[in-house]
Amino acid sequence: MTPDRTSLAGAPDEREQEAPALPAVRDRDLLPAIEPERRVNDWGRSERIEEIFDRTVVEFFYRYWFRAEIEGIENVPSEGGALLVSNHSGALPPDAAMIAKAIREEHPNPRPLNITVEHFFKGYPLFSMLIPKIGCVAAHPANVQRLLYDEEQLVLVFPEGRKGTEKLYSQRYRLRRFGRGGFVAAAMRARAKLVPVCVVGAEEAAPIFAQSGLMKRLTGLLYFPITPTFPWMGPLGMLGYLPAKFRVRFLEPIDTAELGADPDDDKALVQTISQEVRVRIQENLHEMVGERQSVWLG
Amino acid sequence: MSPVDRPPARRVLVTGLATYWGGRLAQALESFPEVEAIIGVDSREPTRELERTEYVKVGTQHSLIQRIVKAAEIDTVIDTRLTVDSIATSRGDAHENNVIGTLNILAACTGEDSPVRKLVFKSSAHWYGCEQDDPAFFTEEIGRKHPPRTPIERDIVEAEAAVADFAEKRRDVTVTVLRCANVLGPDVDTSHIRMVTLPMVPMILGFDPRYQFAHEDDVVHALEHAAFNDVDGIYNVAADGVLALSEVIGLLGKRPLPVLPPWGTGLAVGPLRRLGFRVPDEMLNQLRFGRGLDNRKFKATGFRYEFTSREAVLKLGEHLRLRPVLSGVKSPYRYEREVEEFLRWSPNVRRERAGADAGLFDPSPPTREAPAGPRSQTELSEPGG
Repeated sequence: MTPDRTSLAGAPDEREQEAPALPAVRDRDLLPAIEPERRVNDWGRSERIEEIFDRTVVEFFYRYWFRAEIEGIENVPSEGGALLVSNHSGALPPDAAMIAKAIREEHPNPRPLNITVEHFFKGYPLFSMLIPKIGCVAAHPANVQRLLYDEEQLVLVFPEGRKGTEKLYSQRYRLRRFGRGGFVAAAMRARAKLVPVCVVGAEEAAPIFAQSGLMKRLTGLLYFPITPTFPWMGPLGMLGYLPAKFRVRFLEPIDTAELGADPDDDKALVQTISQEVRVRIQENLHEMVGERQSVWLG
Repeated sequence: MSPVDRPPARRVLVTGLATYWGGRLAQALESFPEVEAIIGVDSREPTRELERTEYVKVGTQHSLIQRIVKAAEIDTVIDTRLTVDSIATSRGDAHENNVIGTLNILAACTGEDSPVRKLVFKSSAHWYGCEQDDPAFFTEEIGRKHPPRTPIERDIVEAEAAVADFAEKRRDVTVTVLRCANVLGPDVDTSHIRMVTLPMVPMILGFDPRYQFAHEDDVVHALEHAAFNDVDGIYNVAADGVLALSEVIGLLGKRPLPVLPPWGTGLAVGPLRRLGFRVPDEMLNQLRFGRGLDNRKFKATGFRYEFTSREAVLKLGEHLRLRPVLSGVKSPYRYEREVEEFLRWSPNVRRERAGADAGLFDPSPPTREAPAGPRSQTELSEPGG
């Protein structure tokens, strides 16, 4: 019997700081068996819809529009849970789909990538229906723990979160704050590897010139960006990416297994690693942008 | 669940005998010879054929139950009476039953000299509610962040809080709380079953919630498992597998009807309600956000589910297809109460085998095929307690 079972609403700041909703460690053997007849998994991911999406939109953007180039794919572990940490940008960010596609195309043992998204999407019509089908899960600590530790899958997080996608074109390739290092704590608890990922090109593909607070309130969206195509071309304008050249670099993984499984023991360690990951991504971004001859041709 | 672990004799009180769960559980308990006495209470007459369960009629508030517990020296109370679906009864009755009833039952187990050593409380996964920022799989430790949104949820949260309080005070009593997912099966009647029985299944436009179910037999077995094993604490009871509602509709061979608007859904269900299709508030939240549960804690106590969520849906589909064929057809004769009572109690019936009466008799009503499931059958053949 947990003491907080009757407490109905936690203080908001308390909620964010601690991870109150973390399941106790359970037996992996007791996970539900996979039913081969099903084409939707327990997270709501649909093989069929993912495939359609992958073969059409994602394939087009990955191969022809962004002409993605991948470095260091061998840094993505072929087995066991791993947490991919990436920089984030764009109105409807194309980076997540490109990273997932890169693993599918280039990795010797392609595994599905679970992309963590804001809880907002679960409450917004249509997004709520489609987003889980193509492999997105809400960024709840319990979800990340189950995926990483129990199911030993690949999970992608954007520690910048909304701060990353909200930033304007003038602030491109400047990493925002990495929160409170929640992603490091999650990886430590699950004893999963941390793989920093750098994406160059997304900032130019979907530049945001301004944010409209009024329209955000009227539509109930997370934010309301003004881009070259949105809102002028309607909701589809969200997909109106410019053909910038994409480069994705997977960096050397950090093994959290040696750090201990209880991140609450050493909060300073969590912050240090979080900072280290951030600096490594930032330095590599600078290097990649510096080497780039042309935004469009790479 | 070996017979050795069990205490020698048990005197069980089942509340909510007239509900589906109370009735099924009492029937199942009757087949265990180590259960010495079964007493069932409810405010309505029991609907199932019961052999040796004694029925006592009580008021909805269960205020006199303490006297029954003491007089019959009950050691195990199994509380199956909670109303978790607001179509079952009126709002006021549900509250009276869920909150006041729970308080009175707990009071009956509380006294200094109370003989009760075990309490099994059937609760519902509605305790967790359905919210936008829910985890994909609720574990028992995850509390709820938001206050309950619907009357039924409020009742369940309040009742469980009282049970937790009781467990805190009476540490010598084993308290098991079972939070059951949405139940499916041919014999239960829930708002969700009514919904998927419609020719086209209404959905909220732009939402495809995740649903996890439990088959009715599994829930009865879970109650039995909790009754015979010392499983202290809160457990989720939900079958393996979480299905998308569209998947459920497909498995049943129905069509989705996304007519409920994503905004102002509450207003839009008004006309539907007038048409006779009752959409309870707690169901609306589930139609929007869905819910998944982590069922590993209960499995770790040795319980095994017979059906997965998908199999439970398929089973229901089978039943729905058979229903028009079977309606109006009297099921073949299997059981007549008077004959059975004569065979059992009449002094003129000669008994050759001592103690055979526990095994001779099929306690299930005529419509059911297997009386108590394969699990309890094997236990019957074992030497027993």
